[in-house]
Amino acid sequence: MTRTVAVHLTVNGAAATISVEPRTTLTDALRNELRLTGTHLGCEHGVCGACTVIVDGAAVRSCLMLAVQAEGRDVRTVESLGDAAHLGPLQLAFRKHHALQCGFCTPGILTTAHALLSEEPDADEDRIRDVISGNLCRCTGYIPIVAAIMEARSAYLGVQAEAAQ
Amino acid sequence: MKLPPLDYIRPVTLAEAIAILAAHGGDAKAIAGGQSLMPLLAFRLAAPELLVDIGRLPGLRHIDISVEGVDLGALVTWRDIERDARLTYAHPLLAAAIAHVAHYQIRNRGTVGGSLAHADPAAEMPGIAITCDALITVVGPNGTRMVPANEFCLGGLSTVLEFDELVTNVRLPPWKQNRRWAFEEFARRRGDFALAGVAAFYDIDQNGTMRDPHVGVIGVGDRPMRLSVVENLLEGKSLDAGLILQAAALARDAVDPTDDIHAEAAYRRDMVGVLLERVLARAGNIVLMEAA
Repeated sequence: MTRTVAVHLTVNGAAATISVEPRTTLTDALRNELRLTGTHLGCEHGVCGACTVIVDGAAVRSCLMLAVQAEGRDVRTVESLGDAAHLGPLQLAFRKHHALQCGFCTPGILTTAHALLSEEPDADEDRIRDVISGNLCRCTGYIPIVAAIMEARSAYLGVQAEAAQ
Repeated sequence: MKLPPLDYIRPVTLAEAIAILAAHGGDAKAIAGGQSLMPLLAFRLAAPELLVDIGRLPGLRHIDISVEGVDLGALVTWRDIERDARLTYAHPLLAAAIAHVAHYQIRNRGTVGGSLAHADPAAEMPGIAITCDALITVVGPNGTRMVPANEFCLGGLSTVLEFDELVTNVRLPPWKQNRRWAFEEFARRRGDFALAGVAAFYDIDQNGTMRDPHVGVIGVGDRPMRLSVVENLLEGKSLDAGLILQAAALARDAVDPTDDIHAEAAYRRDMVGVLLERVLARAGNIVLMEAA
């Protein structure tokens, strides 16, 4: 029962091979095997959204996915959205709008918003609120979070315009 | 919590998946999106020895629309349904109900087959299947059988599926032109399971009377159910505010919810009445006066 399985996947653009027990969630594999601790583990049963990562372009709760199910998949974590020296557009907007306090839920909100705006850069406030309803924030409140995501849209619209050319 | 120790296999054909399930005699469990099963594992409410990942089996992610109706493969996700613009006219009730399922991230992985097999009493997909007289295709070692949706759920999280059987698709009968319909549910927070939900549709004959009304409820019993007493009341009548109130009163009496931590039985009973009023008012485009 404690056998390990080799899983081959792409994480933040780089090929990775990890060896995990079948019961390992994608969250734990990212955090413990790949030391990508930006992905947070909150409720561990699919309610809080803190563990959201992007698999093949779609936002998913990584605590509700086995690492072995990510075989061959393209996984993006919050680490792919920028770093301290080069914040991405969502991160810049979150800083400007004070869209975080304790920061625990923030990685999941950033990855969720990134997936949303990559696909729907013109998402309106209602759509953003609907999508963010899957991420629990218990200290900041959603007003600055929504404002930050609204502001970041222009950067994603630009990306889409470039891609279309 | 961390999941219990288990093994994992990802068969490449349906026959192989069923053979594996059969060989493990109930100690194996199928997983696809995992959006219902993973929480059960995390709470240790389920602890199978083996997970059989059917998530990549070919040919189970179709949305076929034809004169036969709407056929959904078991691996169709909520997001697939949301993205399929054809469904807004080919089956608007399905599209409207599925819009209430869970959250953005879960919608990307949760599947039609998984929801049916899990059979949560408050889940939208089993409720719509029952409301619409859907036919569920089940495949096992002895072949294929078609199960009418109203015979599929046996109780809370319990279905007619044997341990070595899988849902492969569900077929909703064709949606008639000019059909009147509505879906309403109430949940405390966006994306939560509904405390109660009501789906209804009916056709209108040349005299303006209702024909073949279907009324289904979710979240108020151990399984989704039809309110035949309400359907019988509506059949052959023309809808007005008085009939709606009469139907709502019948609906309150027809359901038998139990108390739980989310709501008291009496609250749920009232909710069914309120939601049925709203559903029929919307379907019939009738303005109801608010009670004083």
